[in-house]
Amino acid sequence: MSRVTMTYREACRQAIREAMLRDERVFLMGEDVGAYGGCFAVSKGLLDEFGPSRIRDTPLSESGFVGAGIGAAIEGMRPIVEIMTVNFSLLALDQIMNNAATLRHMSGGQLGVPLVIRMATGAGRQLAAQHSHSLEGWYAHIPGLTVLAPGVVEDARAMLWPALQDPDPVLIFENAALYNSEAEIDDPPPVVDIRSAAVRRHGSDVTLITYGGSLHKTIAAAEQLASEDIDAEVVDLRVLRPLDDATIMASVANTHRVVVVDEGWRTGSLAAEITTRIVEQAFWDLDGPVARVCSAEVPIPYAKHLEDAALPDVDKIVHAVRRTLGEGA
Amino acid sequence: MNEAIKHPPRTHSEPLTVGTAEHRRALLQQMMLVRRFEERCVELYQAAKIRGFLHLYIGEEAVAVGAMQSLEPRDVVLATYREHGHALARGVDPGAVMAEMFGKVNGCSRGRGGSMHLFDVSHGLLGGNAIVAGHLPMAVGVGLASRMQRTGSVAACFFGEGAVAEGEFHESMNLASLWKLPVVFLCENNSYAMGTAVERSEAQTDLSLKASTYGVPAYRIDGMDVEAVEQGVRGAVAIARESGPVFVELMTYRFRAHSMYDPELYRDKQEVAAWREHDPITLLADRLRAAGDLDDDALAQMELAVTETVDAAVAMAETGELEPVDDLTRFVHAEATR
Repeated sequence: MSRVTMTYREACRQAIREAMLRDERVFLMGEDVGAYGGCFAVSKGLLDEFGPSRIRDTPLSESGFVGAGIGAAIEGMRPIVEIMTVNFSLLALDQIMNNAATLRHMSGGQLGVPLVIRMATGAGRQLAAQHSHSLEGWYAHIPGLTVLAPGVVEDARAMLWPALQDPDPVLIFENAALYNSEAEIDDPPPVVDIRSAAVRRHGSDVTLITYGGSLHKTIAAAEQLASEDIDAEVVDLRVLRPLDDATIMASVANTHRVVVVDEGWRTGSLAAEITTRIVEQAFWDLDGPVARVCSAEVPIPYAKHLEDAALPDVDKIVHAVRRTLGEGA
Repeated sequence: MNEAIKHPPRTHSEPLTVGTAEHRRALLQQMMLVRRFEERCVELYQAAKIRGFLHLYIGEEAVAVGAMQSLEPRDVVLATYREHGHALARGVDPGAVMAEMFGKVNGCSRGRGGSMHLFDVSHGLLGGNAIVAGHLPMAVGVGLASRMQRTGSVAACFFGEGAVAEGEFHESMNLASLWKLPVVFLCENNSYAMGTAVERSEAQTDLSLKASTYGVPAYRIDGMDVEAVEQGVRGAVAIARESGPVFVELMTYRFRAHSMYDPELYRDKQEVAAWREHDPITLLADRLRAAGDLDDDALAQMELAVTETVDAAVAMAETGELEPVDDLTRFVHAEATR
């Protein structure tokens, strides 16, 4: 076992490379994944290595090529379909919802759709309201899907392979703000499951539950709180569907106070679902109300100061924790 | 302007020598099976044995029956929610189809799908798809898998002319043509998208032009003539298997309402009556009689055989079990993984 330093982007690329080397049924398909090298440069170099049959540039037809991925998966291939951003995935929502997530059940168990769909999500790059949203919570609503949100470099490298082994569709959300983040990770990557949350920081005063692009902000907030003698535990969900209730409730039982941090909008959100589950399953463990830090309920604006104001950040998380602990804002 | 859209085909092509008398009688019997099966479905719907939506294929039998003749077991069929005929013509057990409509566990989709979602992987039937045009991209993917795995299989994708207005039709045509995939796009043009006539929804009513513009060869076939369908689709399948996608427009007509809820306010009875003069079953039966290959006795025997098949299907549906409610959440994911 050695250690290697790489970016989140490189981790995504290595994961695809390794999957393609291990399994000849795997291929990558999407807009600009080939000649351009991927809109976030994730697939740069893969066209040269694997050729145009397995690194497939598609027309701008999200519904068409996601549906094609579904058909190919049913017929024995293991497609990785890349959609540029979650906002664009709405053009393929019919395929994801009405076909990929539904066919096994609707056919009485006859069909499986072993398809992986990767897409970028999240804000923070001044790309305004059609490139910046965090809609992974919508997908986490849908039975039949597994929804992943790797928040650390190691998971970006390690989660693709188990996703490809899943006999049913798996969506992987890569927060675009993470692509340049860098970490030293095990090489080869550890074997991870795609069912469990991970406790990223142990603490006893409050549980901070988050995922994806908010993870680093939350860890930074926890570090800041530590300097105030507040010992925060950070739970990285990693898997947004199915939710790992056991890890969440165990942490709540330990700290008795909870703040959920979610880049999605508050209303009808993943944060709302988590809060409800805690109320249902761990109400008597709580010493106070569950708090949420979510995005402001606006389409994400372009101007930097407005975008910043719309998103969860370290200060908002710290303030929410202080309020939760009854120490005022 | 497409004459056939507003009026039934005035003359049918001369009898084609596509098969032996035995084969032609088999075509007739398959169409009769679809017809009688669906007539029984109507009775069972009225008796509340079948619920939900029930879309009848009556009048269009020649399309599915003719088209299936040239498909091989390795080929894959994707159909719409008006797919009883496709399932039966593909060889799915009529009892499993009827049991599905009864919502029974011995139905071909374990009662999870109903009339609109007939699946039988063992017969290469991938639905029963009820989002108009939603299965076209899947058919492209089936073709892609065939190409990448070099299996030589073809995706046969049936859809109505209403699907042509959906973006997914155009995305699928483009992708299939760009990648030269073995997909036969079978457009069942029955003139109405539910109640909207094609000339009220399409700026260009010559649908073959839409395929041609993507570089997809396009053919129009008299969809009331099962032998013309068989011959035409056979050619299209051969092209698809060899070189790439083909678009076939099958001019047909739905004799019955869109679904059991449709009062048919959008078309006049004379139009329906005119098309009924071109009933695909009568057409072939008359041809066989003229050729001396069918007499009253033979026809009566075929009716009897079909009735027995339908009776047996209903019996299988009646005696089938309901899936235990405890199994409600099965098949959301593969069984071993959860």
